[in-house]
Amino acid sequence: MTTSKKSWVAAAGAALVAGLFSVAPAAADSTLKVVVHADLKILDPVWTTANITNRHGYLIYDTLMALDEKYVPQPQMVDRYTISGDKLVYTFTLRPGLKFHDGQPVTAADAVASVKRWGGRDPMGQRLMQFTSALEAVDASTFRLTLKEPYGLVLESLAKTTSPAFIMPERVAKTEVSTQISDYTGSGPFIFVKDEWRPGNKVIYRKNPDYVPRAEPPSYLAGGKVAKLDRVEWLYIPDANTALSALQAGEVDYFEVPPLDFVPLMERNRNIRLVTIDPLGFQALLRPNSLYPPFNNVKARQALLHIVKQEDYMRATIGNPNYYRKFCGAFFMCGSENETAVGSEPLAGQDFEKAKALLKEAGYNGEKIVVLQPTDRSEYNAPTMVTIQNLRKAGVNVEVQAMDWGTLLSRRAKKDPPDQGGYHLFHTAQGGTNTAMPVANTWFNTRCDKANPGWACDLELDKMVEEWSREPDVAKRKAILERIQTRAYETVPYVPTGQYNLPTAVRSNVKGVLVSGFPVYWNIEKQ
Amino acid sequence: MWGYLIRRILAVIPVMTVVAVVVFLILHLNPDDPAAIIAGDQATAADIENIRRQLGLDRPVYIQFFEWVARLVRGDLGSSIFLERPVLHLILERVEPTLALAISTTIFSVVLALPLGVLAAWKAGSWIDQAIMAVAVLAFSFPVFLIGYGLVQGLALEWDLLPVQGFVSITEDPSRFLAHLVLPTIALGLVYTALLARMTRSTMLEILNEDYIRTARAKGLANPRVLLIHALKNAAVPIVTTIGVGIALLIGGVVVTESVFAIPGVGRLTIDAVLHRDYPVIQGVILVVSGFYVLINLLIDLTYTVFDPRIRY
Repeated sequence: MTTSKKSWVAAAGAALVAGLFSVAPAAADSTLKVVVHADLKILDPVWTTANITNRHGYLIYDTLMALDEKYVPQPQMVDRYTISGDKLVYTFTLRPGLKFHDGQPVTAADAVASVKRWGGRDPMGQRLMQFTSALEAVDASTFRLTLKEPYGLVLESLAKTTSPAFIMPERVAKTEVSTQISDYTGSGPFIFVKDEWRPGNKVIYRKNPDYVPRAEPPSYLAGGKVAKLDRVEWLYIPDANTALSALQAGEVDYFEVPPLDFVPLMERNRNIRLVTIDPLGFQALLRPNSLYPPFNNVKARQALLHIVKQEDYMRATIGNPNYYRKFCGAFFMCGSENETAVGSEPLAGQDFEKAKALLKEAGYNGEKIVVLQPTDRSEYNAPTMVTIQNLRKAGVNVEVQAMDWGTLLSRRAKKDPPDQGGYHLFHTAQGGTNTAMPVANTWFNTRCDKANPGWACDLELDKMVEEWSREPDVAKRKAILERIQTRAYETVPYVPTGQYNLPTAVRSNVKGVLVSGFPVYWNIEKQ
Repeated sequence: MWGYLIRRILAVIPVMTVVAVVVFLILHLNPDDPAAIIAGDQATAADIENIRRQLGLDRPVYIQFFEWVARLVRGDLGSSIFLERPVLHLILERVEPTLALAISTTIFSVVLALPLGVLAAWKAGSWIDQAIMAVAVLAFSFPVFLIGYGLVQGLALEWDLLPVQGFVSITEDPSRFLAHLVLPTIALGLVYTALLARMTRSTMLEILNEDYIRTARAKGLANPRVLLIHALKNAAVPIVTTIGVGIALLIGGVVVTESVFAIPGVGRLTIDAVLHRDYPVIQGVILVVSGFYVLINLLIDLTYTVFDPRIRY
C-alpha cells in the first residue's frame, strides 16, 4: 500500500473508530502511567523484601535520612541531628510541618515506633538495635537514640535504600512485626488510593497536597521530593511486547524495566527516551549451598571462582555491552565507595584445570551436582546455562533441575540434602546500593544457619564485617574492607558473576526522571 | 422436567466435592512454599519460617483441609495468602472483563461462523466452500498471540485506530469499554469462528442429505427457507453444544489473550495465583469455574428441548 493510500485509509478508519468509540485516553496530562516490573500484592514494606513493595513505600512514606548522589546519608524527615562527643547519643529533631495523609502531625513517637518495628525485621535494623540501649521520644519533635557502644553505621542504617525504616503513624507502627499492617497512612509525597487498587491490574496514587518537601534540590533519594504529578498509575502488564506497544502508542509513559532485546527498537523511536536511573546497577551472583559436599569444602567453592568468566555471563544475560562491565572484582560494587579489587585474582582468569584440581582436593568424585534453573526468569536462566556448561567443562556431573522462579524460591529455602529435594547451586542478583555495604549485602551474610539460602558459614568473616561497621574512621574502615574482601575470596560465600545496569524507558515528554537507584516519582513532570 | 433439573442440581454436589478434594491435594502435596515467595528474594530462612508459621502453612495438611472445607460449607472461599482479601471478592472483580470478552467473542463468532458454515455447506465443493474452509483452517492454525500482536501492530500502532491494551469497565465509559474489546475479540474470536464454521458446515452437510430436506425441496420451498428453517434448526444441537462449551472455556479464562491485551480477567488471576502459589485463590477459581461448567452443561442440555422437541427430560 502506498503511503498516501495508507494515510487515507488510516484517516478514514480513525475517524470512524474515533466516532464510535472515542479512544482518546481519559487521563489528564499530569497522570503518569507506569508499567511496573511486578504486581503489588503486599503493602507492608517491613513484612517483605519484595522490590515492588519497597517502591510503593517510597511513594507513600518518607524516611528519616536518605542517601544523596554520593551515597552519603542526608537528613530527610529529620531537620537536624546531633551526635554526642562519645558517639553514643544521637539526637534527631524532625522538620516542622510534617503531616500524615490523615492530617495528623508526624511526631517523634511515630518515628520511634516505626524504627523499632523496622529494627525487629530488617537485618541492618536488627544490627542497629543490637547496639542500641534506648530509643525514645524526648518531646513531640525530638527523639534520642542511645548506643551501648559506638557504632559507625547509625546514619547509614536510617538512610538504607531498600527496605528502609519508613515512618508510619505510631498506631500502625505498633502492629506486631509478624502481622501485616492494614492501615496505609504515610506522610510521603503521594497517597495510596486504596479504593482504586485492583490487584493484578493497577495501583493508583494521588499527590499529597500537604506534603512539605525539603528546600534542597533532589539528589538520589535525598533533597526535595516535589510531587509535580497529580496522579501516578501503576499498570501491571506482564507481557513485555504489550508493554512496549503501549509505550509506543503513548498509552503508558514509563516502562520500568524493558527487556534489553527492545533497546534497539526503542532507540530508533523519537518518542521514547532511555534513561539510566541506577548507575550502580545490579550484581549477579552464583550461590553455592555450603551445607553439603562438595561446597561445604572451601576448595570446591574456590573452584567456582575459576570456572567463571564474567564477560561470558554478562554477554549471555545482558547482551548489549553498553549495559554491563566486562569485569568487576569487587564484592561491594564497582563504582561505589567500597569498590576494591583486592583478592579478586582467582575470579579474573578462567582456568578449568585449576577448577578441576580444586574440586579434586575438595574430595569431589563425580557425584551429581544439582543446579536449579529458573526457566521463566531470563536474567537468571541465562547465567545458569553458562554455569552448567562451565561446570561440565570442569568435569562436573551436573543435574539440571528446571523450574519456575516461584518453585526455585521454595526449593532454595530447603536445607534437605541435594538428592532429597535440596540443591547445590543457584543464581540470583541483588541491587547495588545495598550490595555496596557489607552489613546490608544480603548474600554476604555468613552467619551459617542465620544466613540466606546457601547458608554461607564464616563467623570470622562476620566478625570482620562487624568490626567494619563499628569503625567510625573512614580510612581504617577502608583497610578493614580490604581484609574482608581478601577473606571473602578465600572462603567464597558466593561468586559475583557480573555487574550490569538496566535502562528505563520513558516517553520523550516525561521530564525530571531522577537518578535514584530505582524508580521514584517525585520531580517528574509531563510536558 | 423439574425432576430432571433437581437430579442434575443434586449431582453437582459429588462433582464439586471431587474437584475440591483433588485440587486441594494437588496443591498441598507439592513441595512449593508460598511463604518463600511472600518473603521475597532477600529473605533469610528464618523470615520464611516465620511467615509460614503466621500463615498456618506449617500445620498438618489434613487440618488445613478440614478448616478449608468448614469454611467452604459456609460459602467462604477463604482469603488470598498474598493480598489478605476474600477470594470471592477477587474473582468478582475479575468477572466483568472475562464475561465481556466471552460474550463479545461468542457474538462475533456466531454472527460470522453460522452464515459462513451454512454457505459453505450449501455450496459444498465449490470455490466458495473451499475458500471459506481454507480461511477457517488458517484462522484455526494461527496462535492467538500471533494474531493479537499482528492486530496490535496494524490497527493500534500503525493506524492508531484502537487501544493496544487494558480494559475499561462499561460503567466507567461505554465507548472506551467497546474500543478496548475490539482487538481481543477479533484475536480470540477468529479461532472460535473457524471452529464453529467447520462444525456448522459438517452438521449442515449431514442434514442436507436427509430425506425431509429432499422432500422440502420437492415441495418447491425456496433455498433460504430450506437452509435456515428446516436444516439449520435441526443442525442446532451440535452447534449449540459447541457454542456452550466455547462459552464455558472462555469464562474459565483465556490466559494468552488476557496476557497479550493486559486484560485483568479470571485467566490472569488464575495464572498469577499459580505462579505465586496462592493456594486459596487457585482453589477458589477452580471451584467457581467448575461450578460454571456444570451450569453451562445443564443449560446446554435444556436448550436441546427447544431445538429438538423429541428430546424430553
